Amino acid sequence: MDLTYSGDDLAFRDQVRAFLAAELPADLRQKVTNHLRLRKDDYVRWHHILARQGWAAPGWPREYGGPGWTPVQRHIFEEECARAGTPPVLPFGVNMVAPVIMAFGSQAQKDYYLPRILACEDWWCQGYSEPGAGSDLAALKTTAVRDGDDYVVNGQKTWTTLAQYADMIFCLVRTDAGVRKQEGISFLLIDMHTPGITVRPIIMLDEDHEVNEVFFDDVRVPVANLVGAENQGWTYAKYLLGHERTGIAAVGRSRQELARLKALARREHKDGAPLLRDPLFAAKVADLEIELMALEMTVLRVLADPHKAPGPEASMLKVRGTEIQQRLSELMVEAAGPLALPFDPVYLEGEREHSVIDDDVAAPLLAHYFNFRKTSIYGGSNEIQRNIIAQMILGL
Amino acid sequence: MDFDFKEEQLQLADALRRWIARDYTFEARRAIIASPAGVSEAAWRTLAELGLTALPLPEAHGGFDGDAADMFVVMQELGRGLVVEPYFATMLAAECLRRGGRQGALLERVAGGGLKLACALGERQSRHDLRDIETRATRDGAGWRLNGEKKVVLHGAQAGMLVVSARSDGAPRDEAGITLFAVAADAPGVTVRDVRMLDGQRAADVLLRDVPVASEAQVGTADAGWTILEAVADYGAGLLCAEALGAMDALFGATLDYLKTRQQFGVPIGKFQALQHRMADMYVHLEQARSMALLAAVSLAGEARGDGAAAGRRRAVAAAKYRVGQAARFVGQQAIQLHGGMGVTDELPASHYFKRLSTIALTLGDCDHHLARFIAQPGFFDEEAA
Repeated sequence: MDLTYSGDDLAFRDQVRAFLAAELPADLRQKVTNHLRLRKDDYVRWHHILARQGWAAPGWPREYGGPGWTPVQRHIFEEECARAGTPPVLPFGVNMVAPVIMAFGSQAQKDYYLPRILACEDWWCQGYSEPGAGSDLAALKTTAVRDGDDYVVNGQKTWTTLAQYADMIFCLVRTDAGVRKQEGISFLLIDMHTPGITVRPIIMLDEDHEVNEVFFDDVRVPVANLVGAENQGWTYAKYLLGHERTGIAAVGRSRQELARLKALARREHKDGAPLLRDPLFAAKVADLEIELMALEMTVLRVLADPHKAPGPEASMLKVRGTEIQQRLSELMVEAAGPLALPFDPVYLEGEREHSVIDDDVAAPLLAHYFNFRKTSIYGGSNEIQRNIIAQMILGL
Repeated sequence: MDFDFKEEQLQLADALRRWIARDYTFEARRAIIASPAGVSEAAWRTLAELGLTALPLPEAHGGFDGDAADMFVVMQELGRGLVVEPYFATMLAAECLRRGGRQGALLERVAGGGLKLACALGERQSRHDLRDIETRATRDGAGWRLNGEKKVVLHGAQAGMLVVSARSDGAPRDEAGITLFAVAADAPGVTVRDVRMLDGQRAADVLLRDVPVASEAQVGTADAGWTILEAVADYGAGLLCAEALGAMDALFGATLDYLKTRQQFGVPIGKFQALQHRMADMYVHLEQARSMALLAAVSLAGEARGDGAAAGRRRAVAAAKYRVGQAARFVGQQAIQLHGGMGVTDELPASHYFKRLSTIALTLGDCDHHLARFIAQPGFFDEEAA
């Protein structure tokens, strides 16, 4: 038993660290670490920087332009990105639709879409959830009816993250209503600029526009945009769920946030002493730190086990990872106290000079706390993850 | 990075598991607990034959120089098997003697299985603070005289020798001024009163009245016993984490089986979502605890090899004992709940695991104790953003 990285892994870590130190723009780093709102340009700029280095798609094999890293190297890369405070690589293209295209797409789809995803020429979004199909995703009702060389799509998707920027959407649509609900679903790639598509913002509790409703009204989609076989979409969606999921624990990001929490709790005072010296507050921070230490080890154990497909184990990482993220956001607010209350969207957009806010650390915390309630709901709610643990791991 | 156990470790675990399945069954254990001695000489001989009594001891004294990772494997199996023999007590005291030096003859007897030991550390007022010592050691010619009372000495009445902590200087709770002694359990002035604990193991109150101790029986340097004691306490906490993990693993497995077989409303009760989610939460606790118990073992082994600092070990062990303690409480309580009425009987192993887990949580520092220690370590307050 040896829990240390190999010499090669350490050399790789140093290489990543040096690259990030040289290439991560200071303004992006500042926005990320302070929980300011990232916009399309921020994501795209960072993606292009990574793409120039050949690192925009860490999980991709070499044949498609990925770096061909080992799972441990990918973990190190994620950790270092978190440590440096990079924007996240948007998952929808690189990590979600691309693996499905690689596994089930036609040669033409691979040749066309994969290089464009790698270069971030298209902004992708995900068309899964519907008003009547959340946790029960297979209940989706958006239909695609074959008409000549096209499908005609009608229906509505919701919770579509950053669809306001999107050029493409990958959708689960119903192509057969007469069979068991999982068996009549297909996986379609749809150009967001097609006539008949309407995007309507959903404003969230932190007053941010992060998600949308997407309406499809007689939208014509070429049959060539069907991935794999008709009515096999559910299988492809499930394949995606089992694909590289240790990152979902967000251990590196949480470790950075913990360091920020401690810095804030040293800055703020209670009874004349740093808040972090207060036994009640210190106990909460220590409890969280230990949980994070444990999760980090658990992630490494999942990574190091070649026999274990990181499928259902990802559910455990998601549950604990998001609980830790939420607890961190909660304790950040608690540490800031009343200073966390003033709210100014202008500030969150990064325009400090036009804002009345004067506390850079405390200002975004409450909005961030409210925003992060989403983490235990999205990507399969934590209750669904517990179902998966019970059924897939425990066999109940 | 490598999370696998070595082949020899797995073989040892396997041998131990087979012995427990064959000779240390639930009913056999029950008979041992009910016997006057509370432990089994036959079982001890087997543990010695399997090499367990020699495992962590120095090669120079008949041992195998096993490290904390080796012991992890052993303790995990003893936890799974709910073994009530005085193995932990003996190995904890042996670690004191090993660190103190000059006690090779005793260690040799331990390695061969001929001598059991116990640690007489805690007192009426000390709770989890091993510095809090009122037992006095006073100079008497070339030797010493001991006076005081030690409480809840694990397997004290089953041991031939006791490692006793005493205050040779300073005030209670001072780290300086503590000296350790190896005292024969039948030495003049030593009274040992055996008591049962609800987990089936034994403990003793040890009264020391003008006990004469020769200078050779001093363990380590006079007044500097704390350096041994704090390290040994962490070593022991690490072992207990591994034992707790084995017990939790077995209890979790038994609960899962129960959920799959117990029928109510015409279906196995494991079909109910409220119970499924409880099991999912127990699973997460178990895996998080496993991670921390492994981290503690690796950290202890690393320090012993010389490639890890004491501060890192303290931090890792404190975190592990805290996290394992939390998991033991959650998994233990919920396993009983999910077993329903059967869970609160003496008949099923479930309640016995719960009782052992609850005992471990109160041994060598509870959750609050270790959380406070974790907070006090360098690296908690001063850690800077990377």
